[in-house]
Amino acid sequence: MKTVELRTPLDDDQISNLESGDKVFLSGEIYTGRDAAHKRLVKLIEEGKELPFDLKGAVIYYVGPAPSRPGQIMNSAGPTTSYRMDSFTPLMLENGLKGTIGKGPRSIEVRESMVKNKGVYFAAVGGAAAGIAFSVKQASVIAYEDLGPEAIRRLIVERMPLFVVNDTKGNDLFEAGVAEYRREE
Amino acid sequence: MREIDVASVTKAVKDLSISTNIYLGDDVKNALREALEKEESPLGREILQVILENHEISEREKMPICQDTGVAIVFLEVGQEVHFTGGAIEDAINEGVRQGYAEGYLRKSIVADPVLKRKNTTDNTPAIIYTRIVPGDKVSIQFAPKGGGAENMSEVRMMTAAQGIEGVKDFVVDRVSRSGGNPCPPIVVGVGIGGSFERCAMLAKEALFRTIGEPNPDPEFNEVEKELLRRINNLGIGPQGLGGRTTALAVHIKTVPCHIASMPVAVNIQCHVSRHGETII
Repeated sequence: MKTVELRTPLDDDQISNLESGDKVFLSGEIYTGRDAAHKRLVKLIEEGKELPFDLKGAVIYYVGPAPSRPGQIMNSAGPTTSYRMDSFTPLMLENGLKGTIGKGPRSIEVRESMVKNKGVYFAAVGGAAAGIAFSVKQASVIAYEDLGPEAIRRLIVERMPLFVVNDTKGNDLFEAGVAEYRREE
Repeated sequence: MREIDVASVTKAVKDLSISTNIYLGDDVKNALREALEKEESPLGREILQVILENHEISEREKMPICQDTGVAIVFLEVGQEVHFTGGAIEDAINEGVRQGYAEGYLRKSIVADPVLKRKNTTDNTPAIIYTRIVPGDKVSIQFAPKGGGAENMSEVRMMTAAQGIEGVKDFVVDRVSRSGGNPCPPIVVGVGIGGSFERCAMLAKEALFRTIGEPNPDPEFNEVEKELLRRINNLGIGPQGLGGRTTALAVHIKTVPCHIASMPVAVNIQCHVSRHGETII
């Protein structure tokens, strides 16, 4: 386990260096997206249409932030539960997506797709949303404003604290962690 | 008879919307601090520290603890001597939610049509309101912003008398085990037993309102709670599900009588941002 400073867009070398359990400080451009936005993005991919942002090397943060106050860059913005995006994720990884940020475990299909397409899944601390907001230095809605909190936002983050859950070798921090601390009754 | 203008209910709900989303109860904070002392996993300890620091940040910056500021759940107890004036009580509650979520810059998380259109109502209404008529001339408003992630891990099961208390325990532990890291552990587990299909689910939610550390008034169920907490923490799920000795901060059980043919059991999961508050008018 190591601490890694990472900057987007991510390439295969950066991704392959990451191991489950690593602590990461992520900087650069990332995009927000959750259930409703994923539905629209996947439909665009299936129809062969252009997406509102370039998926190549991209990182998507599963978050629907609280609305910002006047003068505030970002209000509370912690991760939402990732499994709800599982059915959409493999297609997006096949189309260049490199990283996803959320909370809770991923499906076998997503994990296999991350190994195959060289992708990684990061965990942010769920419910620690006010603190995370201070990693965000810029934010703007770039698509689907009608979805309100579920709109796609482009964020510039600086040293956003994350943990690598799933790496390109098929490791899973949830499985490893629970196995270590489980006690048989 | 006591006349109460519903405007005072609107004000109370508005204030509760904002305060419960920024300030967490001391019982929850203390339970998290105790968990930090006991946690064996270094990563688990780091996560608990981040969670505790986040409380300080949210209080200092007046930002919501979690971006998921929830569906507004309101348990309303109305003294039967009370006569509401100035409008419809449910409209007044929804107006309080509308004002609180706007002025508090809280997230609006409600879609009007749950399946087809899923269009956001943009003001976090409607609230989910449960009203009870009780003796007296007071109005009690219990308010809980309930996040979606933990609510999604909840379940009702129609069990049988033959399955007994061991069946109940296994169901609760299994439900938490299957939830893993999804509901933002460390969690609080509300268990409702008895009543009917819908009543046990409400009981499970009511159980979440009990102060952490306060024993179950029934000594036998108090022992069941202790056993369940031990078994749940032995699952190893830990903070955020990444492994550790702290999966739940508390298990709270509530029971009511039920039909001879039935033993309904509900498990309502609450994330570590266990928010609730009460105002009495």
